[in-house]
Amino acid sequence: MKTLKNVLPRAGAIFLLFALLCGGVYTLAVTGLAQFLFPAKANGSMLEVNGKKYSLLMGQQYTDNAHLWGRVMNLNVTTFKDESGKTLLYAAPSNLSPASEEYKALVAKRVAKLRAADPDMGEKPVPVDLVTCSGSGLDPDISPAAADYQVARIAKASGQSEAVVLDIIEKCTTGRFLGLFGEPRVNVLKVNLMLDGILQ
Amino acid sequence: MGNTVLQYVLYLAVTVLLAIPLGGYIAKVMNGEKTFLSVIFRPCEAGVYKLLRVDEKEEMPWKKYAVSVLAFSSIGLVFLILLQRLQGVLGGNPQRLPAVPWALAFNTAASFVTNTNWQAYSGESTLSYLTQALGLTVQNFVSAATGIAVLFALFRGFTRVRQTGLGSFWVDLTRGILYILLPLNLILALCLVGGGVIQNFKGAETSTLLEPVAVAEDGEILENADIDVDANTVSVDGKIVPNAEIVTREFVPMGPAASQIAIKQTGTNGGGYTGVNSAHPLENPSPYTNLLELLSILLIPMALCFSFGRVVKNKKQGRAIFLAMFLCLGMALAVIAVNEQSGTGALAQGGAVDITHIAQTGGNMEGKETRFGIAGSSTWAAYTTAASNGSVNAMLDSFTPLAGLVTMLLIQLGEVIFGGVGCGLYGMLAFAILTVFIAGLMVGRTPEFLGKKIEPFEMKWSVLVCLATPIAILAGSGIAALVPQTAASLSNGGAHGFSELLYAFSSCGGNNGSAFAGFNGNTTFLNVSLGLVMLFARFLPIVGTLAIAGSLAGKKQLAVTAGTLSTTNGTFVFLLIFIVLLVGALSFFPALALGPLAEYFG
Repeated sequence: MKTLKNVLPRAGAIFLLFALLCGGVYTLAVTGLAQFLFPAKANGSMLEVNGKKYSLLMGQQYTDNAHLWGRVMNLNVTTFKDESGKTLLYAAPSNLSPASEEYKALVAKRVAKLRAADPDMGEKPVPVDLVTCSGSGLDPDISPAAADYQVARIAKASGQSEAVVLDIIEKCTTGRFLGLFGEPRVNVLKVNLMLDGILQ
Repeated sequence: MGNTVLQYVLYLAVTVLLAIPLGGYIAKVMNGEKTFLSVIFRPCEAGVYKLLRVDEKEEMPWKKYAVSVLAFSSIGLVFLILLQRLQGVLGGNPQRLPAVPWALAFNTAASFVTNTNWQAYSGESTLSYLTQALGLTVQNFVSAATGIAVLFALFRGFTRVRQTGLGSFWVDLTRGILYILLPLNLILALCLVGGGVIQNFKGAETSTLLEPVAVAEDGEILENADIDVDANTVSVDGKIVPNAEIVTREFVPMGPAASQIAIKQTGTNGGGYTGVNSAHPLENPSPYTNLLELLSILLIPMALCFSFGRVVKNKKQGRAIFLAMFLCLGMALAVIAVNEQSGTGALAQGGAVDITHIAQTGGNMEGKETRFGIAGSSTWAAYTTAASNGSVNAMLDSFTPLAGLVTMLLIQLGEVIFGGVGCGLYGMLAFAILTVFIAGLMVGRTPEFLGKKIEPFEMKWSVLVCLATPIAILAGSGIAALVPQTAASLSNGGAHGFSELLYAFSSCGGNNGSAFAGFNGNTTFLNVSLGLVMLFARFLPIVGTLAIAGSLAGKKQLAVTAGTLSTTNGTFVFLLIFIVLLVGALSFFPALALGPLAEYFG
């Protein structure tokens, strides 16, 4: 008990000092340096075109045949509102077990939907990215295989040639880091902004 | 396929290559030796001692060291609860988030003080910037530094001869934060921002939706609706839907994320800035940031193995412990990788879905991000559950049954396969003591470890340290399974539902913090019971470790003779792995059989 009486005030003082140092000084120092060194990235890498803001990092849902479709999204319209009370879209992962019967039925439905939308692909297996929900629910990318699968449909629906669509997809594809880490991927929003002529 | 295998090898190799020099540096710092950063930090360190009147030379007996740790942690716990309760009236809250309810506040505080970072809430919609920075970030630092301090107190138990003191907790804590955690995280955080991770104090942004979404009056999303944005009307099958809302923008979270992400990774904390943790594109936007965040998970826990060899002046001993951990990690990673790459029958749809590796990562992509693929996600899963980190970049709930089982097993083994910063290694050393005791019994010799005789006092505490996690997990999940409301927290039914519950208690009992995220832990009963499990599983081993350290420090050093059982050779490494697996398997086999195994065979 006597030890505790001696220890407690010192513990409190040291806690306060480190709270200021690690919570205050550290956070402020990182923020200051980040805003100075990488201002655009530190503020979310927002893209501004014609007065509208876009985030290429956040996935969106597409159902238009003239657009490239992304990962399956589990939309949320209940959590976030802006200052004026307008609903903002967000998304979440499915957290479903990929071994269940329920899941099997769900994927079968998604496959049927994609096959109906992409009749040119016939019985070709559907790339897995297009029938699965991502880890964040907000994955902005799909694999090159998943993009290629949709080229014929997009070309027909948008009235552009397959070569143009392929060229746009190519422009929006990023390779592995250092050629080694991660996976090649196509940014879906960027492709669609270019398909719509919003972005050159 | 070649690239995938290469990625696994490189992830492991780079972690080890970075950990070796860092281990040497940490050992020097904690011993008070001069390093290349002393020019900058020594004056700060001396300033801290002067300001707070800390006696740098103090030698605390184990009980005083333990009381200091407990007092310091209790203050942190109370502070964090109050901060959450008062966030509504304090500043740094542009989203105007209200006070956190009591049970959730207790759970979150216990979670961050114990280096668990279990999150029953979603960061972007529950905690203000002030709470995140002054509450969570602070605990991320000090709980990791506490782990390092307790570990070095144990090292001193091995190196000191007939002494009572184990060093000063205040000095160990200060050095851990000033020389190791602050500089490392400052650099890491800036590298992350350079890769696109956010770091600001602005309110949330919005992103324009290319295809607006229609929502009916009752909040249901209207699929196949015709949306006329200019006329502000929504029609389904040609009929206008009254009072439907057209959603034209997406929420983009902002805030000081990078600074917290850096320490959540390096301090094996794991608590994400956003609810989906490092799967979120603003927390982990690219393979580059993923590489940095991934390496940071195991960096310090691995480095501490090498520090250990250096401090006890027996580098072979450090390597033997490292090897035992590394082999377990490698085996676990192999099982996860193969299962995730193979996917499941439900996913393959008899060939209708392409899960091959051509022009895509393939495999089980449910719950995974395209940019990380199977290799980046599987390695992360193995690292985060081995290291008691608990951050995720893919949803563990959606892993294949056997891969999910391995992640759970890594936690249930007591978080000693590298484990948390400090606590992983002192947990493993308790297993090493157990191993020399059992090996000693087999050959009929008095057990000794690093020249110290292992006697009943050390044995009793070692067993408690080793069994604290299994007791916390099994008792906790057993009680929770009997409470009827628990069923409402499960997102999947049957065996997978039980896995979710078992995983939740394993995660908290192992001070890991990851989740089968479909599980809703935010109920009063679960918040309180999981909070208690976390506190028990963190502080009982700390007290036990310090008790062992105190007792060992008081003993004489035995000379190594031909009769001494070697604790650095292959036999010892094998035995150590065997004991760890044995305790884990015996404790958890029945529970695992009801969850993931039943699901796999069902």
